Amino acid sequence: MNPPYVTGSSSVSTIMLKVLLALLPAVAAYVLLFGPAILIGIALASATALACEAFMLRLRRYPIKPFLLDGSALVTAWLLALAMPPLAPWWLVVVGTAFAIVVAKQLYGGLGSNLFNPAMVGYAVMIISFPAQMTQWQAPHALASLHLSFLQELQYMFGGTLPDGAKLDAVTMATPLDTLRTQLKLGHSVETIRQMPIFGAFSGKGSETVAWCYLAGGLLLWQQRVITWHIPAAFLATLALAAGAFYLHDPAHFAPPWFHLMSGGAMLGAFFIATDPVTGATTPKGKLIFGAGIGLLTYIIRAFGNFPDGVAFAVLLMNICVPLIDAYTQPRVFGHPTKPGRGTQQ
Amino acid sequence: MRPLYRFNGGVHPPQHKEESSGHPIVPAPLPARLVVPVHQHIGNPAKPLVQPGDRVLKGQLIAQAEGYVSAAVHAPTSGTVSTVAMHLVPHPSGLPDLCITVEADGEDRWIERQPIDYRELDASTLRNRLRDAGVVGLGGAVFPTFIKLNPGAQQRVPTLILNGAECEPWITCDDRLMRERAAQIVAGIAVMRFMLGSQEVLVGIEDNKPEAIAAMAEACAQSAFPIEVVAVPTLYPAGGAKQLIKVLTGKEAPSSGRSTDVGVACFNVATAYTVHRAVDHGEPVVSRVVTVTGNVREPRNFEALIGTPVSDLVAAAGGAREGTDRLVMGGPMMGFDLPSPEVPLVKACNCVIAASPALFKPAPAPMPCIRCGRCARACPVELQPQELYWFARAKNFGKAQEYALFDCIECGCCSYVCPSHIPLVQYYRFAKSEIWAREKEKKAADLARERHEFRQLRLEREKRERAEKLAQKTAAKAAPAPGEADAKKAAILAAVERAKAKKAAAAPRNVDNLPPEALEEIAKIEARRAQVRDMARRPVAEEKEP
Ligand code: SF4
Ligand code: SF4
Repeated sequence: MNPPYVTGSSSVSTIMLKVLLALLPAVAAYVLLFGPAILIGIALASATALACEAFMLRLRRYPIKPFLLDGSALVTAWLLALAMPPLAPWWLVVVGTAFAIVVAKQLYGGLGSNLFNPAMVGYAVMIISFPAQMTQWQAPHALASLHLSFLQELQYMFGGTLPDGAKLDAVTMATPLDTLRTQLKLGHSVETIRQMPIFGAFSGKGSETVAWCYLAGGLLLWQQRVITWHIPAAFLATLALAAGAFYLHDPAHFAPPWFHLMSGGAMLGAFFIATDPVTGATTPKGKLIFGAGIGLLTYIIRAFGNFPDGVAFAVLLMNICVPLIDAYTQPRVFGHPTKPGRGTQQ
Repeated sequence: MRPLYRFNGGVHPPQHKEESSGHPIVPAPLPARLVVPVHQHIGNPAKPLVQPGDRVLKGQLIAQAEGYVSAAVHAPTSGTVSTVAMHLVPHPSGLPDLCITVEADGEDRWIERQPIDYRELDASTLRNRLRDAGVVGLGGAVFPTFIKLNPGAQQRVPTLILNGAECEPWITCDDRLMRERAAQIVAGIAVMRFMLGSQEVLVGIEDNKPEAIAAMAEACAQSAFPIEVVAVPTLYPAGGAKQLIKVLTGKEAPSSGRSTDVGVACFNVATAYTVHRAVDHGEPVVSRVVTVTGNVREPRNFEALIGTPVSDLVAAAGGAREGTDRLVMGGPMMGFDLPSPEVPLVKACNCVIAASPALFKPAPAPMPCIRCGRCARACPVELQPQELYWFARAKNFGKAQEYALFDCIECGCCSYVCPSHIPLVQYYRFAKSEIWAREKEKKAADLARERHEFRQLRLEREKRERAEKLAQKTAAKAAPAPGEADAKKAAILAAVERAKAKKAAAAPRNVDNLPPEALEEIAKIEARRAQVRDMARRPVAEEKEP
C-alpha cells in the first residue's frame, strides 16, 4: 500500500450526485409551471445515456459498473434534457443524448478525456440539424390556451399527435429570447416588446422562475464546494456588463442586462454547464477568463447572431481555448519568484 | 497577538492523537541486540570505526561523520559489536544498508560524558561537536543540524523557529516531549539561539495540543530571553518547515534556496532537546521518543534506543491486535510500509503504526482525472497536481519539471482530496526517480562524448603531425636532427601542463571553512576527474602502435 493511507470521502459519484440534486429545484419548478413533460424528457435522456455509455464501455473493454455508477452520464443526460424544449419529440432527445455520449464523450476517450462539453455538443448538433423542433417551446400553463394532460403529452412526444382539433400553437410558443429577436427585426422597440404577455418581471413568465431555481441550485453547489465561484461569476458579470453597455447606449434596441441574465441558458450554463471540470479551465485566473469568454460570446451570439441562444456555442468555442488558457495562467508556485511554464525555472 | 498567515490548501485528516497522547513517555525495554545503521541522516553515510568483537560503551562513537554533509553514529548501549554488515533498514526503498550490530551486555554503561560550555567555544568547534554527537533533525528530515546552525556570511539568522506543530495524524511524540521536558527543550533553544544570533524566537504548536502549548509557555516564561509560543491552526501540513515559516512570519523560503535566505531557521522541538543533551550533558543521540500506535493493544510513547528492533517496540506496546497486516513508519500521510518488523529504530522514526485494513481502508480503484482542481486547491506548495499527474503519466518529464515537480513535498494532500482516488504522490515519486536516473545516464553519456571528442582531437593532431613530418622530410631531404621528436614531445607536454595549471587556477574552488574530510573528498573527486581525462587519452595511444 502507498501513502497517503487515508483519503477524504469525496468521490466522482458523490460530486455528480450533488449536481443532480442541485438541479432538482429547477426540475420541480418546470413541472409546476409547464407540466410534467420535462420528466419524460429527463427519463428518456437518462435511459439513452446509460445505454450508450454501457455499450461504448463494452466496446472499449472498460469495466462497466464503476463508470456507469460515476454518474457523469446521468449529469450529461439531465443537462441536455433541461436545455431542450420539454415537449420535444422523443427521438430528438434520444438522438441528441446518444450523440453527446457516443461521440462527444466516449470517442474522445471517455470520462475526463473529452475536449468538449458533451451536453452542449448534443444540443448544438440538434439545433443545427433540427432547428424547427428545437425551438418549439412549451408555453407555461398560465399562458397556454390549451392544457395537455400527462397522457396527451406522452401521445404528442411519442406519436406526434395532439388531441382532436388542437393546434401546436396552442401549447407551444417562442422563447422570450426568440420573441425579442423576431420582434426587434419587425421594428418594435424593446419597451413595447416587453409589454407582450409572455414577458415577466425580468424575462419570460415561468422561465424566469426556473432561472431563479438554477441560481439557487448553483449557489448550493458552490456552498458544497462542488464548484468554485470563478466561472459563474465571470460568466454572469461579463454577460451583464456587455448587455448593460449596449442597453445604456441604445435601450430601444437592446434588452437590459437582467433580461439576459434570466433568459435562455444563462443561469443553467453559468452554474451547471460552464463549470463542468473536465472541459473547463482549471486555474483560478484561467477560470475567470474562461467564464468571461463564455459570457461575452453568449451576448454576441444572442445580440448579433442567428441562433436563439448563444450559451451552447459560447461554451464549445471556449472549450477549444482551455489548454491555451491553462498554460498561460499557471499560478506562481510557493517560494518561486515567477510563474512556471514560462521557461523561468532554475 | 501575532498576525498569522495562511498557506494554500491543506487538509484535515482524522487526528487519532488521543490513542497515544494521554500516556507519559516510558523507556522502552533494553533489547538484547541493537542494529545501528550508519546512514541515518541526509548526506554521506558515516564511516564505521569498529570491528566485530570490539567492546563498546554507551554513547561511544562507532561511525564517524564522512564529508561535510554527514553526522556521527554512536553505540546506543554498552556491549560487543557482533557484525558490521548489510541489514534491512526502515527505508521506503526496502533495500538493506550497512549496519553495526551491538550485542548488549545489559549494563548500559556510558562513556565519560563531558558537558560543554557553549559560550566558551568558537562557533565552528561547537558545530563540529554537534556533528560528532550525531545531532540531526528529528522531525523526519534528519538533516545534519550543525549545518543549519551555521549562520553563514551574514553572521546571524534573525528569526529562530521551533517546530512543535506535529501535524501528522496519530503521532504524539513531540506533544509528549513538550509536555514533559519543556525546560530541556528551552535549554536547547538557548544553544541554538546563541549559535544563530537570533533576536526573535518562536515556537509554533498546532492548537490541538493545549497541554503542550501551556507547558512550553511556562518554560519559555522562565527563559532568560523572550520566546513566543504561538498556537497555529490545526491544518495538515502546518508542520512542514516552509509551511510553518509562512504561517508564523508570512515569509516564503525560496524554492531554490534555504529558509535562512529569508532570515529564518526552523528546527524540530525534539532536535532542540537533543542539542541540549549533547551540549549540557555531553550525551550523543542514542535514543529518541517514538510513538507506537494504531492497531496495538496499548498505544504509547517510548524513549527507545536507536537500533531497537521495531518488533520489540510493538511488543512493548502490548503487541499488535488481530488484523494487523503491516507496520507503517511515520504518519498516515507521508509514512511508508516497513519492509520487515525486524528493522531497527532510526533517528528519523517518530512513529510506528500497526496498520490494518480496518484502520487504513484500501483506496477504491482509481478513476480517470476529471480535472476538478481539488488537488490544486489542497496543495500547500501551490502546484497544479493534475497537470503534474498528466505529465508524469505521459512521461513528459521536461514539462513536469517546468511545472515545478521538484517543489512537491510529497505531503499527500492532493491524493487525500482526489475524488478519483488517483495515487498522485506515487506518480510524482516515479517521475522524480526517472528524472534522477536519466540525469545519471546523461552524465555517463556526457563522459563518453567527452572521451570521444578528446579522441577525435588527438587523431586529428596526429594526422596533421604526420603530414607535417612528411612534408618536412620531402622538402628538406635532410636527416632529422636526433632528439627532435623528443623535443617536440617535451614542448607538447609543457603546453599541456600550462593549460592544466591555467584551468586549475580558473576553476572556482570554494574550500574555505571546510572540515578536513571535505577537503579529502574534494581531492578524491579531483583524482577521479584526472583519471577520466587520462582515460580519454588512452585509446589513441593504443591505436598508435601498429
Ligand atoms: S483531484 Fe484528482 S480528479 Fe481532481 S483534478 Fe486533481 S487529480 Fe484530477
Ligand atoms: S504531494 Fe506534492 S503535489 Fe500533492 S499536495 Fe503535496 S506538494 Fe502538492
